[in-house]
Amino acid sequence: MPSGAASRMTGFMAHLRHNGFAVGPGETELVLSALAANEFDVSAARLGLKTMLSGDRLQWSRFDELFDAYWFKRGLRLAERAPAKDSFRSHRPRPELWDKVLPPEEGSAYSNRIERGPGEAEEPDETSGSGRLIASTQDALMRTDLRTLVSPGDVAEAERIAERLARAIRYRLSRRRIPTCRGDTIDLRRTIRHNLSRGGEPIELRRKHRPERPVRLVVLLDVSGSMKVYNRYFLSFVRGLIGKWLQADAFLFHTRLVRITDVLRERDARRVMGRLSLMSEGFGGGTRIAASLKHFNDRYAKEALNSRSVVIVMSDGYDTDPTEALTLELKRLKGRARRLVWLNPLLGWKDYTPVARAMAAALDYIDYFATAHSLASLAALEDEFVRL
Amino acid sequence: MTFDYKPVQRDLAEAGYIADDGLAMALCLTIGLRRPLLLEGEAGVGKTDVAKALAAALKTRLIRLQCYEGLDANATIYEWNYQRQLLAIRAHERDAMPSDAIERHIFSEDYLLRRPLLEAISQPQSPVLLIDEIDRADEEFEAYLLEILSDFQITIPELGTIAARSIPHVILTSNGTRTLSDALRRRCLYSYVDFPDETKELAILHARLPDIDRRLARQIVRFVQMLRREELEKKPGIAETLDWASALIGLDVRSIHGDSAAAAIQASLICLLKTEADLKSMPREVTARLIGKVA
Repeated sequence: MPSGAASRMTGFMAHLRHNGFAVGPGETELVLSALAANEFDVSAARLGLKTMLSGDRLQWSRFDELFDAYWFKRGLRLAERAPAKDSFRSHRPRPELWDKVLPPEEGSAYSNRIERGPGEAEEPDETSGSGRLIASTQDALMRTDLRTLVSPGDVAEAERIAERLARAIRYRLSRRRIPTCRGDTIDLRRTIRHNLSRGGEPIELRRKHRPERPVRLVVLLDVSGSMKVYNRYFLSFVRGLIGKWLQADAFLFHTRLVRITDVLRERDARRVMGRLSLMSEGFGGGTRIAASLKHFNDRYAKEALNSRSVVIVMSDGYDTDPTEALTLELKRLKGRARRLVWLNPLLGWKDYTPVARAMAAALDYIDYFATAHSLASLAALEDEFVRL
Repeated sequence: MTFDYKPVQRDLAEAGYIADDGLAMALCLTIGLRRPLLLEGEAGVGKTDVAKALAAALKTRLIRLQCYEGLDANATIYEWNYQRQLLAIRAHERDAMPSDAIERHIFSEDYLLRRPLLEAISQPQSPVLLIDEIDRADEEFEAYLLEILSDFQITIPELGTIAARSIPHVILTSNGTRTLSDALRRRCLYSYVDFPDETKELAILHARLPDIDRRLARQIVRFVQMLRREELEKKPGIAETLDWASALIGLDVRSIHGDSAAAAIQASLICLLKTEADLKSMPREVTARLIGKVA
């Protein structure tokens, strides 16, 4: 293969890498050797490269577009819809982002948005907004609430609490037994095997026990207008829950649902917030819980949930979708997950009863319904989580 | 190695499997590059059947490993046949055989139970190794599998290292119930198998049910294609289409139009719709509306 073509191919690999493909020198070599050994036309080469280089469904479906963009300059280089790793570097001069921001409207990404106080957060589409009114009028009463305690220490504390909680539920006993030195039952098969040299007399016993298997954790966080005041704590809480735990997934939703697992695993907290603010267009807008859950059920549930999953929904339950839709989606969700936990910050309010229609309907499917309005209430969850 | 996938496509078609260009290319590369192929897609789009058809096309054995949670090395690679070993010890006790001879004897290959992975690498001719639903196995097993898939050799302490006599053609399938590790994805070629389009599905139907009436086949495929566009929990796959077609033939339905067929069709929808909610979402009227759209 002429060296010009090789360097073009290297450029193509860089182009793919820039768009989130996990391809390295090994793949480049593979591709070059495959191309060198062949007579081929464009469509065959495209198919071949697609098979060799894509790693999952998303990459598979984007490949053709990226291929055309690079080799035929179809003007799609800006097709980098998935935020590339360094795509928000331009927002770095916001050093106080993590400390002061969230509500994220203060961030440069939002400078063109009108800032609204929590009391005037109503949007025209809030038809069932009776709850929202409560949220605004009670603002003055909530001085001890999470939203007023804004210090970096509290945020860090929320993350620590979340990590403790996550540890509390990480493992669940399995039904299948595996061999160990000190198990609760005798492993007959291995005992016989081990004692073969003694003519099969079972002198030394082998044992087995039920191992702990990891629980999968899925967090769905409501970041709509009515929840805005809690977002900073909840985001760091979610980060603590899933940050170090591989079998966990986090999503945030308002009118749409966005997967944020990969973003939260970023080590630099400031970059996390930067990316989140970019991802959550519509932060602080209306809420469509049912539609978001439906999106989750259709697209992610199969992959994210199994019989040992705990789903945690953090929302105040003020939904603009019809109640029946929410009931249906919760039923589907419950069918796939083992436990459904709903954390509602409003529950900590004086005299709150879950009257929002959505919330009342949801109660049937929830295994554990708890408050999450203060750090103490978050910490108190630990005992309950152990029991789940 | 070659990019020319047409012969593979033709061979598969002779084995009764209609593969589109993407899949044929993937198989062609798998054979050429000796790399495992990871197939993803909805249940029932024919991922498992690819392996069967490939084995038939290459005229080689198909060795299948069905994954499940808790699958371990004993069930996948090898195990000693303890009961037989025990019996052998008892039997040889009487004829005063020296003990080390007994030991050599009972740890010979006769007493080895070959599980799929060991079986696959000890074939004289490259077999097709199908590792089905890899997403159901634990992550530990996935890591172990990676090692075998890169070295193609297995070490048995009592016997020594067994190197592959031939490198199998490995096909892994996944339904996406768990995210697979990046390491595994990088090691494999990847192909996403989608629901077939109308032409392909019709071709499959004719390949599998050669006796079917042409007009009925077209109607069935149109109907199923439209059904997939409805809001369903579980969309019907190709296997379901084939089941339904056989059911309709069995019920002696000549055309899906007309009142006489309506009852039979409604009753046989259970071949296509596999959950209660889906069945409920397709009452007689909705079925009639869909049938009305089928030309």
